[in-house]
Amino acid sequence: MTPPSTAAEVETAAREVVGRHDPGTVPRAELFGALYDAGLAWVHHPVGLGGLGLSRGLQTVVDGVVTDAGGDRMFAVNPIGYGMGAPTVVEYCADRELVARWLRPLATGEEIWCQLFSEPGAGSDVAGLTTSAVPDGDGWVINGQKVWTTLAHVARWGMLVARTDPDLPKHRGLTYFVIDMTQPGVEVRPLRQMTGQAEFNEVYLHDARVLDAHRLGDVGAGWRVAITTLMNERTAIGGVTGRRSSGVIGEALGLWRANPDRQTAVLRDRLARLWTRAETHRLTLVRAGRTATEGRPGPEGSVSKLVGAELNQDVYEFCMDLLGPDALLYDDYEIRPDPGSTLQQRFLRSRANTIEGGTSEVMRNILGERVLGLPGEPRSDSDRPWKEVPRG
Amino acid sequence: MAEQAEFTVTEEQRELRTALHRFCERAHDEATVRRLMASDDGFDRALWARLGGELGALSLAVPEELGGAGGTVVDQAVAAEELGAALVTGPLLGTVGLAIPALVAAPASGTRDALLADLAAGTRTGALVAGLFAPYDGATAAAVTAAGGTLSGEIGHVPDAAAADVLLVAADGPDGPVLACVEPGVPGVTVTGRGSLDPTRRIARVRLDGAAGTVLATGDDADRALQHAFRTAGALLAAEQVGIAARLLELTVGYATQRWQFGRPIGSFQAVKHRLADMLVGVEQARTAALHAAWAIVDPRLDDPDLAVAIAQATCSEVAYRAAADTVQLHGGIGFTWEHPAHLYYKRAIADAALLGSAEEYRERIAAAVLDTLPDDLAVPRVATG
Repeated sequence: MTPPSTAAEVETAAREVVGRHDPGTVPRAELFGALYDAGLAWVHHPVGLGGLGLSRGLQTVVDGVVTDAGGDRMFAVNPIGYGMGAPTVVEYCADRELVARWLRPLATGEEIWCQLFSEPGAGSDVAGLTTSAVPDGDGWVINGQKVWTTLAHVARWGMLVARTDPDLPKHRGLTYFVIDMTQPGVEVRPLRQMTGQAEFNEVYLHDARVLDAHRLGDVGAGWRVAITTLMNERTAIGGVTGRRSSGVIGEALGLWRANPDRQTAVLRDRLARLWTRAETHRLTLVRAGRTATEGRPGPEGSVSKLVGAELNQDVYEFCMDLLGPDALLYDDYEIRPDPGSTLQQRFLRSRANTIEGGTSEVMRNILGERVLGLPGEPRSDSDRPWKEVPRG
Repeated sequence: MAEQAEFTVTEEQRELRTALHRFCERAHDEATVRRLMASDDGFDRALWARLGGELGALSLAVPEELGGAGGTVVDQAVAAEELGAALVTGPLLGTVGLAIPALVAAPASGTRDALLADLAAGTRTGALVAGLFAPYDGATAAAVTAAGGTLSGEIGHVPDAAAADVLLVAADGPDGPVLACVEPGVPGVTVTGRGSLDPTRRIARVRLDGAAGTVLATGDDADRALQHAFRTAGALLAAEQVGIAARLLELTVGYATQRWQFGRPIGSFQAVKHRLADMLVGVEQARTAALHAAWAIVDPRLDDPDLAVAIAQATCSEVAYRAAADTVQLHGGIGFTWEHPAHLYYKRAIADAALLGSAEEYRERIAAAVLDTLPDDLAVPRVATG
């Protein structure tokens, strides 16, 4: 039997897997494992690594079949691993056996991944990071602190960027590793945010070890590898295409319908504007998926990230204004790891949308410089050894 | 045409885009635009005939058996984007946006077929005499009355009518709507060109005093033809707005790269860079909306065409206008001069935003279609109550 190659064939293959492993009854890991084995975890990956070597856009066909049958999206279960870890290891790890060893449990959700890039002193300027990696025998010793690490408390593997040469300018002295999060030298502490919850963590690395075999890319080439991860992050954060009027704008519609006595012409116009923006954003994601001719994310990932973040904030602000005084009744600042289930929580949480994964200011720089080709800002640190650059 | 997923772009469409781009660069550059906007007709009939004949760019959505290229509104939208980017003067809206689609959707007849063939070939031009500054509404589209075989009434703002070889007229007849065609030279027809804010698309007053016309469609047939014309024009005008915004982005990025102040290219300053990034975002959203409208007209199973056109009109009018205003701003003083092309685009953008209805009117349609018809059992998010 030839492997599927068209959208219709991919859909048939996905239906067959879902038919044999009913999402309603079998454990999630079993369904996801079967999808992986059928090359339907990432259809654009090579055969044998959870894919079929097809266009990235066809993955939405699989996702549609799985969610229609009541299953979860792999992305939702292991977002960092599925959306960012997988494309990075496929591109940069030459040891195919190791890649397969990593990818299957990543796809099934049995091994959660996290991303160790941001540091207290390196946010937007992540290439200025301080965490060090020093060679030692068959591996490296890691010391430093990372922050905003989603899922670190349950992660088996972490994508780590560390400084291997402080004498070089910042971008050139970095190396990329996949680190075992379960070892004693890795300490994870929850980080409480303005919503009261702790979705993220701080990660302290005290003489943590990583095998040289778990290095992705060459020593000193970590920045290039990190860019692959970040481009995929933007696609992953911006890029879930739901149905019309679903998601955040759907919440606003539900709230509007349920509060007829709060409806005014001004609010109606505002909601119509928001709905139009949300729908255009959604259709743009569909268009980006259809026109993607290769597996690599393009500028539309950055556009979607920027648009989606600002739209979320605007829609939740509308919801708060619609509710008026009732919106201010809230007593749930308890510390919990889940991202919150009430409107007020999501309103507060949306403040972070324009910061996490690249601030909107940085996203606009990226669109201006990388997509439109505008000249960069003058910088004072790009050619100086990292250790000589002032930090505060 | 084989079934294709929405938004897919064909090789033919890429070739069409390239061919039109090249044609506009050579035959319809800025100097040409300026020359034509100062001419009597406001456009070049020889160029128009080349667009229709040699390039086939006027009849992409006309079936082959009626003398067209046998493509779809999506193909015609690709052309509209390129022609908009070059600010092509001439009766694009009147002929390609309105008259041709109205005739395509009208019942077959000798008059219709001959007229359609001429308009498609670029040998004659047309305009639609109707209320073109509001979204289509069968009741208000016609400001002309049909009685006893003649047409009477006046419409003050009809784009492309002054230079039109034939006028299609949306009229209100004794048994409902009527679509008729009138020769501008016959007694009882007065077409008066009016000064237009947008010098690249002229507006005329059309007055009919018992003018004799040929009826092309009546009742539901006329309504269907006019509805199709307005929908198509809405999608094509949106595509034109995308072309304008995309071209302005290109122009302004070029300027921001070459213009130095404070010892740096101005595009390296975030105040400028971020505005251009927003322009890029706008172009992407607008292109999606315009294409979606065209696709929905071709295949109503994808979406309600009227809602899709409303989304496109509400989105693209604002994007093109914002892009034009930002272009003037980011060019600084030169952007406010007559010799720079920014004002030509700005004037087209302000006119396009008003044509076929404003963004506000389309947003009202969106609100009526989406917000005012929500089901009672819609899921409501959980709200904390303290």
